[in-house]
Amino acid sequence: MGTKEKQSVSQTKRDWENNTLKETLDKSPERRERFITTSSRPIARIYTPIDIADFNYEEHLGFPGQYPYTRGVYPTMYRGRLWTMRMFSGFGTAEQTNTRFRYLLEQGQTGLSVAFHLPTIQGYDSDDPMSKGEIGVCGVAVDSLADMEILFSHIPLNKVTTSMTINAPAAVLLCFYIAAAEKQGVSSTQIGGTIQNDILKEYQAQKTWIFPPDPSMRIITDILQFCTKKVPRWNTISISGYHIREAGATAVQEVAFTLANGLAYVQAGVDAGLKVDDFAPRLSFFFDSHLDLFEEIAKFRVARRVWAREIQDRFKAKNPRSYLLRFHTQTAGVSLTAQQPENNIVRTTIEALAAILGGTQSLHTNSMDEAWALPTEKAATIALRTQQILAHESGVANTIDPLGGSYFIEALTNEMEEETYRYFDRIEKLGGVVEAIKKGFFQREISDSAFRFQREIEEKERIIVGVNEYVTDDQLEIPVLKIDPEVERTQLARLQKTRKTRNNQKVDQLLGQLQRAAEGTDNLLPHILAAVREYATVGEICNALRDVYGEYQEPIIF
Amino acid sequence: MAPDTTELVKHVLKGNRRAAARLMTLTESLSPEAHAAIKQLYPYTGKAHIIGITGPPGSGKSTLVDKLIEKYRSHNLSVGVVAVDPSSPFTGGALLGDRIRMNRFASDHDVFIRSMGSRGHLGGLAWATMDVVHILDAMGKDIIMVETVGAGQAEVDIVQLAETVVLLSVPGLGDDIQTIKAGIMEIGNIFAINKADLDGADRRFVELQSALSLGQEGDGWEPPILKVVATTGEGIEDLVKAIQDHHEYLVESEEIVKNRERRCYAQLETIIERSFIRKLLMDPDERTLFDKLVAEVDQRKTDPYTAAERLILHLIKTPKK
Amino acid sequence: MTETRKIRVLIAKPGLDGHDRGAKVVARALRDAGFEVIYTGLRQTPEQIAETALQEDVDVVGLSILSGAHMRLFPEIMQLLKEREMADVLVIAGGIIPEDDFEPLKKLGIKEIFGPGTPTGEIVDFIRKHTK
Repeated sequence: MGTKEKQSVSQTKRDWENNTLKETLDKSPERRERFITTSSRPIARIYTPIDIADFNYEEHLGFPGQYPYTRGVYPTMYRGRLWTMRMFSGFGTAEQTNTRFRYLLEQGQTGLSVAFHLPTIQGYDSDDPMSKGEIGVCGVAVDSLADMEILFSHIPLNKVTTSMTINAPAAVLLCFYIAAAEKQGVSSTQIGGTIQNDILKEYQAQKTWIFPPDPSMRIITDILQFCTKKVPRWNTISISGYHIREAGATAVQEVAFTLANGLAYVQAGVDAGLKVDDFAPRLSFFFDSHLDLFEEIAKFRVARRVWAREIQDRFKAKNPRSYLLRFHTQTAGVSLTAQQPENNIVRTTIEALAAILGGTQSLHTNSMDEAWALPTEKAATIALRTQQILAHESGVANTIDPLGGSYFIEALTNEMEEETYRYFDRIEKLGGVVEAIKKGFFQREISDSAFRFQREIEEKERIIVGVNEYVTDDQLEIPVLKIDPEVERTQLARLQKTRKTRNNQKVDQLLGQLQRAAEGTDNLLPHILAAVREYATVGEICNALRDVYGEYQEPIIF
Repeated sequence: MAPDTTELVKHVLKGNRRAAARLMTLTESLSPEAHAAIKQLYPYTGKAHIIGITGPPGSGKSTLVDKLIEKYRSHNLSVGVVAVDPSSPFTGGALLGDRIRMNRFASDHDVFIRSMGSRGHLGGLAWATMDVVHILDAMGKDIIMVETVGAGQAEVDIVQLAETVVLLSVPGLGDDIQTIKAGIMEIGNIFAINKADLDGADRRFVELQSALSLGQEGDGWEPPILKVVATTGEGIEDLVKAIQDHHEYLVESEEIVKNRERRCYAQLETIIERSFIRKLLMDPDERTLFDKLVAEVDQRKTDPYTAAERLILHLIKTPKK
Repeated sequence: MTETRKIRVLIAKPGLDGHDRGAKVVARALRDAGFEVIYTGLRQTPEQIAETALQEDVDVVGLSILSGAHMRLFPEIMQLLKEREMADVLVIAGGIIPEDDFEPLKKLGIKEIFGPGTPTGEIVDFIRKHTK
């Protein structure tokens, strides 16, 4: 925009403010003194070309499928192929989840996503005292390869892709999957999918860690090396902002911390001797989509642009596929209310819209009852239908980045990008992501944002329909899926049987070898896979590693 | 509801955890019943080795205490811990999170951990902490560790309580140097540098060494400087040994008598001083006189010395209850 | 001549989940209300929670759980508190607890369950009202 034009718009804006606007404000002031986003970001009354004065189309936006990918990672985006509708599921026993998977595939879902129960996530077997009351509750119980074989029975693992939400024991579950595929006669080079495997955000937000950060990072680089050679179609890390956001972070904190984590993984891979272009294309991202439509859309655009730039500038990647920030999105669990639960369908729709307008590659829409428990089949179906309506009826998938060029969206994108770099600087000053974690930096930032958000609700600076305004007394009964106590019995029986029928001597020997590898520098994956094939359990493998690495102690931050 | 203190005392002496915990709550509110109970307990105290652990925020005190508990338990010694955290000066509330580090011992009945807010109440930190330590001692704990944030008054208070004071520091915390300058070096019997695997540990060692040599009296106990990594347990064995050495030194050199007398002196002083002040401020009649004299001092009708003399005389002459 | 008694609250997280956002927001709000709040950290067993409540002699135990294991863990915690003569302590809960479970939990002696969206002020008032 030329200087002359800028001056002219500025002048017109001043005139408008002094006359037209002033007259109205004198008569009736605005509803609030301050308008803020979900992340407490103040928003101006109106955005004009002045707010994006240095805007340069080619440099800031470019074209979809081209650097800096602000408008999208693929040239045709949803005109070529819709996003993957990937609904997270898993509960009870492997048999029950297998039934749900097959139902979802029949309903037109295009990829599987597994939620494991908390004992698996924490590296405990179902018969560990710590697992009491948790078996099959938050996800599916998987102790050993025996469960994994059932989980994917009659699902051809060379045809579907599977996303597994697993972090601290990600290496173990990946080996379970590889071994289950082997049983189907499918080799590791044919399988495709994702493990979350993002340990850094565990320390920052989700808090299901096992080992301290340094050995955890070593396990991750082992996975990167192993998959580059043996499981080339596997997405090795799903770098996740979702949990950071859900723990209370703002949109900028979500994008800044997530990208900082991503860059830390790339650095670790490079330091371990990998070439950036050999593994960066297999990194993917996972973001939250919250209710503030425009801020969310801007966030996704910032993420793509900053990632492409940093991978190119910092790591000198040559393969354009390394630059692509491909991401999965889940609508915001924290935005769901227990009050008037059907309103959650509307909330989820807005959030799904933000994700689509933000250019997501796959999407999970929350069910209205997820504020209480695992979704019922009906609620999960409505959530899937929401995506299908957006895809086929709303018209939003017809054109690429439809909000690109909006003064507001571009100004917001630039502003949030700047703030992201400011966070990068602060993290750098603390000695990088791992050191900042040890110092409690992220935890404190997130905790403060969460506390501020809560205060804004209590002071009604923020209205949540049905919670602090438009409150009704009548509670609508929503059927909640309950886990049958039989699940625990079945699971414990199977685990016992596994322990009885396998070659225990062999298992012990392989676990010993794993420990020696952990003490040394051998890649751990082949050792884990060997133990897994002999039906070593997730708890046994993690305990073997706990003996070597110890468990993480978090800094005390409120 | 005034609890039967004699009954509580009986249970505490038998090592009952519930009774001890309740008595601690009473002493924290500085109630007369609690003081009556402490009077009964006192003859049974004096057996535990009381160790003060102090250092700046973030120096890893709780992690260190956790590792020390582990060591003492492996020697089959019972352990009491008092973890003091600052209270908010505005609301009086406090977030007490030190236990997080030690909670693996929560189900070990030979370990008793009590968190305290510094409260900034009229008794000061020392008074309530002192009573809690007496209770742990009377319960029969072999080792009692008092963990305080070394900032301001607290680390001086700890000398009134502990036989052995471990002063903890970490490389890279700038304020450490300030504390060294401020002269709190004198209270440390043992210096531990935590997170000794970090850059700057050697520098910190040298800094401490030179600071110590300045204040060295020449004979007697020479405070050792130890490097530890509390998270991994590295150096803990040496620290335990140094604590033991200090204890033995006290006994063998008969410094222990001086040490005890010094602590008793300080405790007595605290009780006398604070009892006076509390009486002045909490008793409505005395408070009226106090406020009146404050106003008179302000208006220059009298001076602070005369006012203080009048108040002291008044208190001595009118014993109450 | 007794100092006013401070209300002491234990905020405990049983269960394997790591969702401490709610527990920490509540802990901070209670601190700001002038209470002494003892926080145990994540993944505490019923035994650890009951024993901490005893040693700290708290007036209130606040249990935060989002893992869904409450129907197994809460009865155990209540039992262990009872065994320690702590039956009179005020026990409240929060997190993700389906309404169907409210009644059986209240029968166990859990005085109130605060669902998502509860203003922290409501929790403060409830504690003040039920600890005097």
